[in-house]
Amino acid sequence: MERSAFESARAVLDSVKAPDACKAAQTFVARTGRDAAFQLEACVHCGQCAEACHFYLVTGDPRFTPVYKLWPMRNAYRRERAPFASLKRLLGLAPPAPTAQELAEWSELLYDSCNLCGRCTLACPMGIDIAGLVRQAREGMSAAGFAPADLYDAAERALEAGSPMGVRWPALKRQIELQERETGLEIPVDAEGADYLLVLSSMEIIGYPEILGALARIFRQAGLSWTLPSAGFEATNVGVQIGSREVAAALLSRIVDAAERLKVKYVVSPECGHAYSALRWEGPNLLGRPYSFKVVQITELLDQLVREGRLRTRGKDARRLTFHDPCQIVRRGGVTRAPRQLMDSVSGNFVEMPASGAATFCCGGGGGVSAIHRAEKLRFAAFERKKRQVDATGAEALVTCCSNCRNVLEEAMEQYGMTLPVLGLTELIAQYLEPGERQP
Amino acid sequence: MTPMELLEFARGPALWASLAVLILGSVWRVAAIWRLGAAPDLSEPRSTRLIAGAMRSIFGRMLPRKEIGRGRLGALNGYLYHAGLAVIVFGYLPHLHFIERLTGLAWPPLPGPVVYFAVGITFVALFLALLERLMDPVRRLLSGFDDYFSWFVVILPCATGMIAINMSYPPGAAPAPPLDPLPLAIHLLSVELLFVWLPFGKLAHTFLVFASRGLTGAALERKGAAV
Repeated sequence: MERSAFESARAVLDSVKAPDACKAAQTFVARTGRDAAFQLEACVHCGQCAEACHFYLVTGDPRFTPVYKLWPMRNAYRRERAPFASLKRLLGLAPPAPTAQELAEWSELLYDSCNLCGRCTLACPMGIDIAGLVRQAREGMSAAGFAPADLYDAAERALEAGSPMGVRWPALKRQIELQERETGLEIPVDAEGADYLLVLSSMEIIGYPEILGALARIFRQAGLSWTLPSAGFEATNVGVQIGSREVAAALLSRIVDAAERLKVKYVVSPECGHAYSALRWEGPNLLGRPYSFKVVQITELLDQLVREGRLRTRGKDARRLTFHDPCQIVRRGGVTRAPRQLMDSVSGNFVEMPASGAATFCCGGGGGVSAIHRAEKLRFAAFERKKRQVDATGAEALVTCCSNCRNVLEEAMEQYGMTLPVLGLTELIAQYLEPGERQP
Repeated sequence: MTPMELLEFARGPALWASLAVLILGSVWRVAAIWRLGAAPDLSEPRSTRLIAGAMRSIFGRMLPRKEIGRGRLGALNGYLYHAGLAVIVFGYLPHLHFIERLTGLAWPPLPGPVVYFAVGITFVALFLALLERLMDPVRRLLSGFDDYFSWFVVILPCATGMIAINMSYPPGAAPAPPLDPLPLAIHLLSVELLFVWLPFGKLAHTFLVFASRGLTGAALERKGAAV
């Protein structure tokens, strides 16, 4: 089963060596079902989505209007599948089929200048899920060779090595050993029958490995039965970002296999926005079956443990702290309250950004943009809107619960000469754990 | 064809034909989309109050979110012509006679000055909307034949209606033909053009908006996300 999923995913990547506009359009059209069609049909071209998109707001370039990013694929739908399409083709009134040149141009619009953050979806007066449609448009683009090379490379690495950053088990094992030495706690691996399976993002393993020690301390105090898997530990899913269902399903199947092999009750989605989206919301649909376990986002779990009294903190951070909402966890994922409850438990001076929560601006790196080298300048430009939000709070430190956001924020803040530190929420909680940890 | 014959044509075969196109075209458009089907969502829902989410989206999106784009003049202008058109169509006495003849439904009309004021507002707002579409880079980029033709078929009945407003009628009931039937015939034909175009272009948002808003609202509610 797994082998066929991986062969299918590799076949998709192999088939895109020669870009094919016809295939891109066909893929998009074939995947346009009832819900997407109602939304494609409902647009009145009011342009209000532009006001929601940071790429448009900072550049003033009308091409960055979210719904315009769908134009070639919308035309393909209108030409091939929309009501009256046959009649319009007969009368010569159907829009032209997208060309390879057009789609190559649109690669910038559908990838570099879209974080799939969904702020446009929230703003659309017609209720069109523009971010969802961009995600679907990427399926056509990626299936036909029009996605950015950096994302194809990341997908190759993820299929080959198990991680888009090339992180393999020995690298994680080394980090586990370091954190075990640091904390004096054992980090369980492949513990069959554990309640919770923790998966991680490569960014956490490479950039913020302290989170492992933090979680070991937290789970110890809460008395949680948990484990890491030696295979299927990577939570991120470049297949979702590039728009390849085959790649996404293949990568996801590693986690599902690990969860089923170890017979866990829950899989803990880590501090990573799109990993949560892939695992929690897209996963069962990509695999075509419900899970035998539940998926819980780490902040939801920590909030639950605090509310149940299993996780106790002492003292509060006196600095003025603010919180950055990762789009896929908050706006698109529905986990809004939990991080705020946690912030309140460890911060004595937590201040919300203006337009925080569902309407917040993306860090600029979501939706795979941070992995696209050619998009770097645009990403830093888009950060200007986030900067305004952060500056308005007068915060001394910025907290978030997505390691990719954290990395992107740090890079962008360096560009803008901002000096406030960016903290991970889980690590912040661990820092204020009540001493006298419970025995397992 | 005399003006009276034209009016009879507009009130008779043209009206029924345009209504048939309006209804059948709209049903066809919705049915053609519906038949595309939807795969069941296999992820575990955080909320099952999907109808509540759909309703919140349908009604909540009537107002822009305060954090995003509220106060943009173009958005405010949209309220003006939508409200103005509603007052004209559902508040003007001759239109109510027309609706009553077609459907048997009747309600009290709005005072004439209110309707005339709405006509003025609607005209100005529609021209501002066109101006914005032509001059604003975003709106201009998004606009095509459908946008401009739809604008035309909306404003045309307003213009022809204004010409027909002060028609003289012979003594008797209002439904009797006016002394000069030509303005009314042209007005009716312009309305019928609107009926014929509505199912095929963006004006179909009059009914598609409920599906689009509702589906997105239900999907976001399912995740427990802001609708």
